[in-house]
Amino acid sequence: MTRNDLVIRVAGEAGEGIVSTGQLLTQAALRGGFHVLTYSQPPSEIKGGHAFFQIRLNAYRSYSKGDSVDILLAFNQEAYDRNAAETKDDGLLVYDPSEVTPSADSHFVQVEFPLNDIAKNQLKFPIAKNVVAVGALAELFGLPTKHLDSLIEERWLRKGEAVVQKNLDALRAGIDYVIEHVPQRDNFALYPEKTHSGEIMVSGSEAIGLGAIAAGCSFMSGYPITPASDIKEFLEVHLPKTGGHALQAEDELAAIGMVLGASYAGAKAMTATSGPGFSLMIEMLGLAAMAELPCVIVDAQRAGPSTGMPTRHEQGDLNQAAFAGHGECPRIVLAPTSVRDCFYQTVNAFNFAEKYQTPVVLLGDTLLNVRSESIPRPNLNEVNVIDRVLFSENGNGVDSMNGEYNRYVLTENGVSPMSIPGQAGGQYIATGLEHNEAGLHRYDEATHTIMTQKRFRKLERAALEAPEADRFGNPSAEIGILTWGSTVGSVIEVIRNAELEGIELDMLAPRMLMPLPDPQLRPFIESKRVIILPEVNYSGQFANMIASQYPRDYVRVNIFGGMPFRVDWLLDKIREEVAQHV
Amino acid sequence: MSSVVTVEKRKVADYKGEERPTWCPGCGDFGVLNAVFKALSDHNFDPKNVIIVSGIGCSSRLPFFTDAYGFHTVHGRAMPVAAGIRAVQPDMPVLAMGGDGDAFAIGVGHLVHAIRRNLNICYVVMDNAVYGLTKGQTSPTAERGLATKATPQGASDPAVNPLLLALATGCTFVARGFSSKPKELADLIARGIAHDGFAFIDTYSPCPTFNTVNTFKYYRDATEDLPGDFDPTDFSAALQYAASEDPLYLGLYYQAEQPTFEDHIRNNRPEVIKDPMTVVENLFEQMA
Repeated sequence: MTRNDLVIRVAGEAGEGIVSTGQLLTQAALRGGFHVLTYSQPPSEIKGGHAFFQIRLNAYRSYSKGDSVDILLAFNQEAYDRNAAETKDDGLLVYDPSEVTPSADSHFVQVEFPLNDIAKNQLKFPIAKNVVAVGALAELFGLPTKHLDSLIEERWLRKGEAVVQKNLDALRAGIDYVIEHVPQRDNFALYPEKTHSGEIMVSGSEAIGLGAIAAGCSFMSGYPITPASDIKEFLEVHLPKTGGHALQAEDELAAIGMVLGASYAGAKAMTATSGPGFSLMIEMLGLAAMAELPCVIVDAQRAGPSTGMPTRHEQGDLNQAAFAGHGECPRIVLAPTSVRDCFYQTVNAFNFAEKYQTPVVLLGDTLLNVRSESIPRPNLNEVNVIDRVLFSENGNGVDSMNGEYNRYVLTENGVSPMSIPGQAGGQYIATGLEHNEAGLHRYDEATHTIMTQKRFRKLERAALEAPEADRFGNPSAEIGILTWGSTVGSVIEVIRNAELEGIELDMLAPRMLMPLPDPQLRPFIESKRVIILPEVNYSGQFANMIASQYPRDYVRVNIFGGMPFRVDWLLDKIREEVAQHV
Repeated sequence: MSSVVTVEKRKVADYKGEERPTWCPGCGDFGVLNAVFKALSDHNFDPKNVIIVSGIGCSSRLPFFTDAYGFHTVHGRAMPVAAGIRAVQPDMPVLAMGGDGDAFAIGVGHLVHAIRRNLNICYVVMDNAVYGLTKGQTSPTAERGLATKATPQGASDPAVNPLLLALATGCTFVARGFSSKPKELADLIARGIAHDGFAFIDTYSPCPTFNTVNTFKYYRDATEDLPGDFDPTDFSAALQYAASEDPLYLGLYYQAEQPTFEDHIRNNRPEVIKDPMTVVENLFEQMA
């Protein structure tokens, strides 16, 4: 039997090196040509508490975290107790006998692995425990040693050759132990069919940061919040290289305030937060819409309401992204469907913001932002960057009648050329008050009517330029799955598995959720006999938007426990629906 | 060969905006507006190179009456917006204008941090102890017990002392002005703009409509210039004079040199700036 998919989970105490073990293995597996997709669940506690890092290796490409675990490495008893149930019946449990007493009636193969003993007594190098573990795990699925050797050299070379050698010895000890003591290891051997070694290993948050730099972002301000802080930290390091700047504000109100100031002063600017922070930003989301200031707000959703479950997953912020704010407050909402898509939709978010001088909300989530994945390297020559239309002293934005600049001049598509401080003759007041074309505050009926229409006209245009929807499956299938964001990963795998059983499905996932892109949705909705709407929230926030605009019967499938869809569970649901409708 | 360039000296009137002020007759803000014009003309700034940021309130309408770039933000948020502007345009003078509600109630959290950052702006607070736009409720600078039509039972809490607040937070330029002394106020604003760091000028700007206690006459009687030999580098003296309730001193209390927000940004920037796509391509390389 050749295996093409393998899920490895390393579990133990937070701070015990779980993440570094996982990262070393991840990087080596990428170089070995595997497709890699990680999943981790950090504890809410700062230090201590149970944590795990999961790696899914695939000979081709995987789209979800994997429903259950093939190989579990348990560092301690709690790690064993909590994760054994998620390990497959034909899986393998590797545990340190000095820490773990396994249950006698387990179905899976259990192998003792005296990690602490090997590191402490054999190697006299206790902190190398994680490297011993990496060697053992790599040997289990058949990763060529050279990839690990070179990574270890790169990582420890600065500390001298002696340290490199000690780590190489630790690696070798792990490998040797598996060769000697795990006769079943052939069951887990994996061979990459197609090499992924040219790919890059990137998290959703990093992909957003990379997309922002590529789009020309030069200012970022944020406030620490799980799971969005990574974006700020990434940009704090890398944005200055382009002459830009990223900083930490005193709160989310200030973060978006700074973003609007930077945008007004001419920069492409963004902030990144999660649901609770986004709630605080809504005041100035309205100001951005009213003063027509381009800006990008990333909301990496987590389980709410209120502080909710900061490290758990939920697609619960679509309502606030699409509708929050008093008055008639236009904005664009984009939702990437994969780690790779995080890069492209961030570029699109800036392009829409700049072109239409409007706030754009980019909806990530815990699942998407935190996980790392090997993705094809984006071709930067194909990345199209759009800049805002600027006022020019003898053309753009100048009233032909009186020769004066009007910041909010009425145009066919609603976009008015913007001036940047320093431009002669471009002086205007950006304001949250209703204003006339010159930017002067006016409260008359005609002005408010015309200017509201102007601001919404931009959205109508933007809807026609929506990024292509994510489509997967058989386009002529009678059963359609309409979904959004990170749930796409699970749905793609459901469709693949369903196909093996002869069930044909067709998925559409729009990447623009506000305004809804009618040319993508209408033909899909009208052509399907059954439409299933899976999303990770209680009320069906996307389903409600769809049902109000396109009334008909929909099958809603909602989970809201803080975890993403399991592929097998969702496929069961779909089988039930298929059975009912045949 | 060098040619002689004659720099046109701008007049006060050159900074007048298109809109006429909408303030009540007799409002203290007129004097502050004139002082702003005077300070800008002292610096001879080109209006295209000046940015005035404000919050919400009567006084925050000031940008509309001035020929400059302006950002009339939302209530209490002038400071972060100014920080964003300065991060991007560090060579352009930024004035922040607003009232005491903006500065010491809804925006006090931001004020503290703008001061801590030593953001290089000049912030003039037009202080009249009431909320004018909403018809006269008492503000955080109202003395306890101050009764107005909209706060008939009187202010319930003791007043904030803006100068002590600024000094305690580490402000590098702390001053108090008075709208009816426009020449001195213009001088303070001009010096505040020239100061390298956060210049804070609390300015008595009486509201003749809603505050019948803290009138022009009240402040004329209650105020006195800081002594001629006052040393604005002496922090302890600044604290002592700022705490005085009788008289209330006018002038520059404190000035110090400290690294600014803009210094931090400059220091954080590498010597060689790269094209964004090159930076992204290099990062891809590291991630392979």
